[in-house]
Amino acid sequence: MSAIEPTSATDPAAVSPRVPSDTFFWLALSILGGVYVLLIVAMLLAQASFTSPGHVLAALDSPAIRYAIKLSLLSCSLTTILSLWVAVPIGYLMARWDDGAIRRFLERKAAAIENGTRRWYARPLRILCIPIRLANPKLWLDAILDIPIVLPPLVIGLALLILFQTPLARWFESEIMVVTFAIPSVVLAQFTVACAFAVRTMRTTFEQINPREESVALTLGCSRAQAFWLVVLPEARRGLLTAATLAWARSLGEFGPILVFSGATRMRTEVLPTSVYLELSIGNIEAAVAVSLLMVFAAVAVLILLRHYGGEWALGKVVRP
Amino acid sequence: MIALEHLSIVSGTFALERVDLLVPTGRYAVLMGKTGSGKTTLLEAICGLRRVTAGRIRLLARDVTGLKPAERDLGYVPQDRALFQTMTVWENLAFALRVRRWNKDRIAERVEELAALLGLTDLLLRRPHRLSGGEAQRVALGRALSFQPRVLLLDEPLAALDQETRIEMHTLLQTVRERTGVTTLHVTHDLEDTRRLADLVFQVRDGRIEETKI
Repeated sequence: MSAIEPTSATDPAAVSPRVPSDTFFWLALSILGGVYVLLIVAMLLAQASFTSPGHVLAALDSPAIRYAIKLSLLSCSLTTILSLWVAVPIGYLMARWDDGAIRRFLERKAAAIENGTRRWYARPLRILCIPIRLANPKLWLDAILDIPIVLPPLVIGLALLILFQTPLARWFESEIMVVTFAIPSVVLAQFTVACAFAVRTMRTTFEQINPREESVALTLGCSRAQAFWLVVLPEARRGLLTAATLAWARSLGEFGPILVFSGATRMRTEVLPTSVYLELSIGNIEAAVAVSLLMVFAAVAVLILLRHYGGEWALGKVVRP
Repeated sequence: MIALEHLSIVSGTFALERVDLLVPTGRYAVLMGKTGSGKTTLLEAICGLRRVTAGRIRLLARDVTGLKPAERDLGYVPQDRALFQTMTVWENLAFALRVRRWNKDRIAERVEELAALLGLTDLLLRRPHRLSGGEAQRVALGRALSFQPRVLLLDEPLAALDQETRIEMHTLLQTVRERTGVTTLHVTHDLEDTRRLADLVFQVRDGRIEETKI
């Protein structure tokens, strides 16, 4: 802490205001933030201290849990690939969709109605104009894409289950592939939620890439597709990595939709969160904790791995001239 | 030759209505106008990046109004340069040639030639974020000239450069012009650029374009 000296003692008007030390400010922020970090670390430590390497090894020895690990790894990876496959086009379309013309058109219509009268019903008219302004399809699409994020997980599971009771889905199941209460349902349940996060990430990524680079690529002889492959996608690689990480981590932890849509059958649709649930339900807390720890390790490992490579890959990126 | 004939463009809140402009082949024209007068929009329309509502655009006697940007055969340097961030200077300069499937030796030769012309020889392995404003500008210019277009469109190429770099760029643009004979339309609001470079001066004012004296 240092006292602040006035810069010019001779001219009273030039005396700087006395500013209190910033220490309190930084301290307050650090304490508020630190509480949360502490909670996370304490939680993990408590869990780790509850179990022993013996328990973890015993859990790893159980065929059911080994099956769950395999299914989790497989389904999460599949979900990640599927999510990216969908999130890249949606993210790009949403980022490059210029709805300015529609917005201005709707605004003009609404303003024309609002300004048409000064009578007593001018105010209620203004409320009636709200739906006109909301008629922008981009707003709606945006909201739809966020539904899997805001819906309770169990509800998503239930909705998927009901979807597969419809005639078309039943035909699909009888003719092409059994989904419900089988492995494909695990992937579909994970995909429904994880993809929404990947879409958000990819959209932000594409929004941050200067669209003028594509414009220049077009003048240099590229088609739209070439400009996308040669210019946009290489710049989006960090976003792709983040989206993949997010999708993978989300699907690893997915439980609600899987419980409803896939069931919790041992050696069949059992993923790691299902194992935790099943072990807990028969009172085998040690095994539940051991499996939880495995998941923590897997998640942390993936995060570190991808962040590390993400950092390296990102070196060539951004900081525009 | 760059010719706009009764060209109309509507963009968001403003419109250019039935504007005409003619830059004869090999000449260097400067288009002046206040910020927001539609200069950039006009350049984008010539590039094919913005739809025109009426009129025709002709480049070297070819009607390009309905053509895609790639088919117009023009070099474009946007105001923010928009260099490809993941590519080195070399790759930026070679981009259009790779898209055109030139063979490797020819690409290398052309990049070397451009680098020599623009003073980029020592910077070829750098990425855009490690270039100064003037260097980035030279790369953007080189990228636009790489495939030897007959028409060059420059959007405020010297904005945000310090005085010394600006003077260097004036000389460079004059050299480029002498060596390539490229027909140029240069958008700026700077009088000094205009005096130094222009054969012809146009002014955008209230949605129309007039030829003026410097």
